[in-house]
Amino acid sequence: MSRPLIHRSPIPGLGISAGITITLLSLVVLLPIGALLAKGAIAGPERLWTEVNSARIWASLWLSFRLSFLAALFNLVFGVALAWVLARYRFPGRRLIDAAVDLPFALPTAVAGIALTALYAPNGAFGALAKDLGFRIAYIPSGIFIALVFVGLPFVTRTVQPVIDEVEREVEEASATLGASRFHTIRHVVLPMLAPAALTGFALSLARAVGEYGSVIFIAGNLPMKTEIAPLLIVIKLEEFNYEGATAIGIAMLAISFALLLIINAIQVWSRRRIGYV
Amino acid sequence: MSDAPATWRPATEETPLVRRLLIGSVLGILALLLLAPLVAVFVEALRKGWWEAVTSLANPEGLAAIRLTLTVAAIAVPLNAVFGIAAAWFITKYDFRGKALLITLIDLPFSVSPVVVGLCVVLTFGANTWVGGMMVDAGYPIVFALPGIVLASMIVTFPFVARELIPVMVEQGRAEEEAALTLGASGWRTFLTVTLPNIRWALLYGVLLCNARAMGEFGAVAVVSGKIRGQTATMPITIEMLYNEYLSVAAFTLAAVLAFLGFLTLGLKTFLEIRHADALAATRRH
Repeated sequence: MSRPLIHRSPIPGLGISAGITITLLSLVVLLPIGALLAKGAIAGPERLWTEVNSARIWASLWLSFRLSFLAALFNLVFGVALAWVLARYRFPGRRLIDAAVDLPFALPTAVAGIALTALYAPNGAFGALAKDLGFRIAYIPSGIFIALVFVGLPFVTRTVQPVIDEVEREVEEASATLGASRFHTIRHVVLPMLAPAALTGFALSLARAVGEYGSVIFIAGNLPMKTEIAPLLIVIKLEEFNYEGATAIGIAMLAISFALLLIINAIQVWSRRRIGYV
Repeated sequence: MSDAPATWRPATEETPLVRRLLIGSVLGILALLLLAPLVAVFVEALRKGWWEAVTSLANPEGLAAIRLTLTVAAIAVPLNAVFGIAAAWFITKYDFRGKALLITLIDLPFSVSPVVVGLCVVLTFGANTWVGGMMVDAGYPIVFALPGIVLASMIVTFPFVARELIPVMVEQGRAEEEAALTLGASGWRTFLTVTLPNIRWALLYGVLLCNARAMGEFGAVAVVSGKIRGQTATMPITIEMLYNEYLSVAAFTLAAVLAFLGFLTLGLKTFLEIRHADALAATRRH
């Protein structure tokens, strides 16, 4: 006997809630993404491959992916440290800082983009300082890195912080009683408990960074082969009315972000199994 | 002997030196990455004084951008709120197969680049598609016009309300609604007097996040807007255009307006997290 598609329920509103959900989901999400995939299918894999297979596009995909990975890595380390400071220490202004962590979610990306550029460009406050010291920040990959760190900043902190709150002090006390140093306890007892949440935050930060556009284009310099990110190339292809080229890059980026999410999900399952809690 | 020495600390705390170093470096990085850009927005906006800043916005194009952004949010946010309520009701009040898949599909826009979202809208409703072409012929283009901008904004903000409501409604269960129905209340009355009061703060929270993103969305809108001055340029798009024309004061003043709205969002959000923590999902309480 197979399970019914939907169980009978005394609660009314099935028709209207299911109707609205499925209609809007189809119109707003499934139809447009389906159109992208259909466009790709019509063009055919060979055509898509010829569109993607150019040095300029590989350079942009490699740049986007590499810098997103580095930025997410930075956010992983910094995010765990920040979550620890916010969850465990008491200092004046803690509440304010806790609220300010979400600023990158609340600030429009274009605003973040021009603000970071104003600071880090050679004529900006930090940029001028760097220039005096003999190096540059904006209009080279390091500028893109800064923008990507900014947009991905809250993810790790927000996933790890509730887990730190849940960690039972008894476990740390037991470790200390058994003679472990504080460093040893954190390294071998606390951090493994935070790992799945931290990896989830890392994945979210990475996925966000790979697709980020608004905050990056102002500070990037946008030189082909050097500082041109993949989403910008989609915009350029569209401006040239090269829809197949744009579709090819769009599908490549979709594939990359799904692959990333799958890999990270697998890591999470593995790490949960290894340390034996959910 | 019973008095603890001055240097005593519990074995579950770090040494004061480590603690100070950690707090100091974390706050230092936050100041460089978060505080400094924020200060820069206002400093650049007011570089030539208040008067210059205010007058830079008081022109037809600046006002049209503000009006357009408000219009887009006024259409996209309520639609997404209705969707969020319907989806949360459907998902939490019934048992059906494929629920996990449905939740994944609702969350999908979060893992897609905004530029790809814009591309999808162009490929679905652009002038060279079947539907888009018909609409252009009828005089109502979708892409490079208001409907396309609304659709792009709706896609990127699609999951916000639903994903705030679902965990709250799962926690609250179905017993209260079932009791109301047993006592003879109609479906609508049950929803309005039993469910809605329970989810109102979570709903407000979701709407707040949805609205902030809808008003600030850049990547997806940049692809579908066509950037026609005074017509299809939203506030973020206008910021880009002004900035590229070296109209720095105007660009940063508009940015300051959006940053102020962002502050407001953060403030309200924090207020809800502190004041109504029990009415938000568990992951929001800290």
